[in-house]
Amino acid sequence: MIALTPEQAAADATAAILADFTGGPHRGVIVDSPPGAGKTTLVVTAAMTLAGSGERLMIVAQTNEQVDDLTDKLASKAPGLSIGRLHSDGFTVPSRVTRHPGVTASNKIDQVEACTVVIATADKWAYVSERTWPWAIVDEAYQMRSDKLLAIAALFDRALFVGDPGQLDPFSVVDTERWAGLAWDPMQSAVAVIGRLNDLPVHRLPVSWRLPASAAPLVSEAFYPFAPFRSGTAAADRELKLATAGFPVAWDRTLNEAAATGWALHELPNRHTIRTDAEAVQACAGLATRLLQRGAVAHDENDTHPVSPDRIAIGCAHNDQVAAIRAAGVPAGITVDTANRLQGREYDVTIVLHPLSGRRDATAFHLESGRLCVLTSRHRHACIVVARAGIAELLDNHPSTGRVQLNVPVKFPDGWEANHAVLAHLSDHRVQA
Amino acid sequence: MSVISAYARALAVQTGRAQPVATVRHVHLSATPMVFIPLKLAGEAAAPLAALVGTDPANPRLLVVPQPRNRDLRFAFMAELADVMLPYVESFAGVTETVEAKTPYERSSDAPQLLVPNRGGIAFTKLLGRSTRFRRADGPYPVHPSVPVLGQWLTFLAERAEYAGSSALVAMTEALALHWATGQSPMEDANLATQLAWIAPPAGQNGPEAALAAEDPLTSPPAGPETHPDFDGQVLDHAIRAYETSSSPAQVREALRTQLEPTWTLMWQAVRLLRELPEAATVDARWAKDRDQFTRETARLADGGFPRGRIDGAVSAAIRLADLESALQTYEAQRAFDDPLVMAEHRVAGKAFSGEVVAVDATRRIVPPGKTRAAPRPLVTIRTSDPVRLSPGKRLSSSRNRKQKTEIVSIAGDLVVIQINDQMGRGSTPAPGSVPEVGEIVCYAELDPSGGQRPRLPSGEDTPWTHGGPPTPYVPTDEDAQEAWS
Repeated sequence: MIALTPEQAAADATAAILADFTGGPHRGVIVDSPPGAGKTTLVVTAAMTLAGSGERLMIVAQTNEQVDDLTDKLASKAPGLSIGRLHSDGFTVPSRVTRHPGVTASNKIDQVEACTVVIATADKWAYVSERTWPWAIVDEAYQMRSDKLLAIAALFDRALFVGDPGQLDPFSVVDTERWAGLAWDPMQSAVAVIGRLNDLPVHRLPVSWRLPASAAPLVSEAFYPFAPFRSGTAAADRELKLATAGFPVAWDRTLNEAAATGWALHELPNRHTIRTDAEAVQACAGLATRLLQRGAVAHDENDTHPVSPDRIAIGCAHNDQVAAIRAAGVPAGITVDTANRLQGREYDVTIVLHPLSGRRDATAFHLESGRLCVLTSRHRHACIVVARAGIAELLDNHPSTGRVQLNVPVKFPDGWEANHAVLAHLSDHRVQA
Repeated sequence: MSVISAYARALAVQTGRAQPVATVRHVHLSATPMVFIPLKLAGEAAAPLAALVGTDPANPRLLVVPQPRNRDLRFAFMAELADVMLPYVESFAGVTETVEAKTPYERSSDAPQLLVPNRGGIAFTKLLGRSTRFRRADGPYPVHPSVPVLGQWLTFLAERAEYAGSSALVAMTEALALHWATGQSPMEDANLATQLAWIAPPAGQNGPEAALAAEDPLTSPPAGPETHPDFDGQVLDHAIRAYETSSSPAQVREALRTQLEPTWTLMWQAVRLLRELPEAATVDARWAKDRDQFTRETARLADGGFPRGRIDGAVSAAIRLADLESALQTYEAQRAFDDPLVMAEHRVAGKAFSGEVVAVDATRRIVPPGKTRAAPRPLVTIRTSDPVRLSPGKRLSSSRNRKQKTEIVSIAGDLVVIQINDQMGRGSTPAPGSVPEVGEIVCYAELDPSGGQRPRLPSGEDTPWTHGGPPTPYVPTDEDAQEAWS
């Protein structure tokens, strides 16, 4: 058998999805997409295909940012298409959306319902009633809680659910096991519920266009053990160069390692710390600063460009860590955020404060595989992890022992195992500070 | 664990006494609460063994199942329990007050309150409700007619306990932990005897000494629902055998009395301790919600309402989740605004700040996004020494006016600028008193006491295909009471 090129594999998958969605017997189709596998492109293609054959459709995304991104991409690809951007009262639609002549933005459904495509967040759709669309596309469906889908499911006949199963599950502030094991447990993701109650076809996108060849195998093995994917680019396609040689200090050696191999573990001495570990915070901010100072240049399959602040992100687990890193002096323009907010975003270089760094225990929150998956799969070139030594020992002292609930599907990957897999890989790229 | 509670625990260890973590009482305490201490048989899912129950500290009623493996005796026990509890619960149903609302309605002036020793007590109450509410007075295996009614009420109380801030069924260890931090771990705090030893040690002892003494199962038997294994093996087993041969429950009763009475004393000691604290401002409003629900349940049962199903349908589960979330959000906000010590936790975490107003731009008018006309949007500058970890755009509330919506405009050093968005009257300038004045000490927090708004969900019959379609309507049958484990 002749191996398909990444382009062919992706095109075949897209064609199969569209055929199943528009012509198949099912009311819904689920598409599992690994990080950067062209999920948005698929949504745009599906929308254009349906609109092209004269069908009306609604698109659901989870955050206003996602909706604006999608609207912008769709309007750029199909300038002639009439798109309605439905938003909440008091929301200011950004100029990247309003610049398109085909886009009508309004907070009233009557003013946009005539558009061929209407896009809004799930929260906003929930207030629309007495109207139906023959087709719907639900983007980031794994981030959507199933009760949100319940509120809007009456609006459409058939739907395409697209999302990344490896990312963070939706959560609730309420801690209850009342519905554990029920197929329609409202605390699950929308996809988990429709998948358990309906026999729907599941497709997979097989190629990650974002992750470099250095990252795709690790992320695929650690976080998508049963849905492997590959990188759309070869190792030679991506190169990160530092314009200056740097000093023989830890920060610069870490950057050298990351530029050369795509990964680096900036390891601080073993210590139990508070969440806002001053040294780790300093290292995150310092590495970002040095990266800019040393003039990183990214070369990829499209072009060669300097790594500007907006192409760098620092990710961590908690809000107070975000605040501490910002307070430590991060160059303007660099994104600092929690894993939850970095979902779906893409950067050239990411700096990650390891969720287990300095901790005395490994709780379910910190072990959640989705969190580490989000943090280690946002980059196109390199990912630098900042951590205290001793995480492997910490993991060994806290084997994952969640309560077993009847009828709850076993979730893969196991966070504990995924953490070990990433650590084992990072240990080859360790720089001791 | 927050920084404040960690500090309070460390302080408790250092001083040898529990430290207050609240200045006011955040749970409602009825004038006549019913204390209920249930025990179950080890190794069985829902086999009641005994209970000490009553509203009078001096006069508890001891109920036992002399042979807990005998199902008839179990339901005889439940009938006896119904005999104590139902008159108590139903005594609140008759007295109502009219609530002034858009459409005025009747609400019970008071409602039953059940106090159990710990979280396990709540879980067991729920199980007892589940094992009795589907029973019938006719058909196979009939029970006393009061048993299914008791099951409905136990279920109602246990389900209320899932809502944050409800005081219908209270676990005493949790109520105490809301107000005092001991020098032991949260898991050890689930032991009522040691927790109380830290909070109010006997004269001449400090907390750790008293707690150590209280760990002895002979002086402080477990507060249930599980009994101590040594008691099971060395005392209970013999007593049950004696009942089998003599048919006299006296020995079982005496044995179980020794296990229950110490906890009974502790429960009333805890009630006295909590009563000494002044009630928080919003406790009454939350108790009104409990009374509302009690009124509704009374009406539902009077209409011959079916026992609540064992599992929730897709729509009712989603509605309940939204209710639980909204109750939790409201409760956390109310608790913080009621109590400076609780607010301190949020201030330390950077989610709230307190400080002096140093500048007010009361005449500022802007055109809000999405609007066409200018409206007053005053700016208030506050100087604070708190570590503020909020970002511009975050919505805040204040204890000045809990309904007023404000948002952060900028944070520079120790100066926070906030914009006030509503509750300023209808005039072109803010109504007097609606905006803080220079020199005022204010506190703003990222907490929303309103509980948020939510969209309408489809009705149960309209459950969409994504969630399994409409469920089949519930019709009671004789098989309802069967459990996989029964």
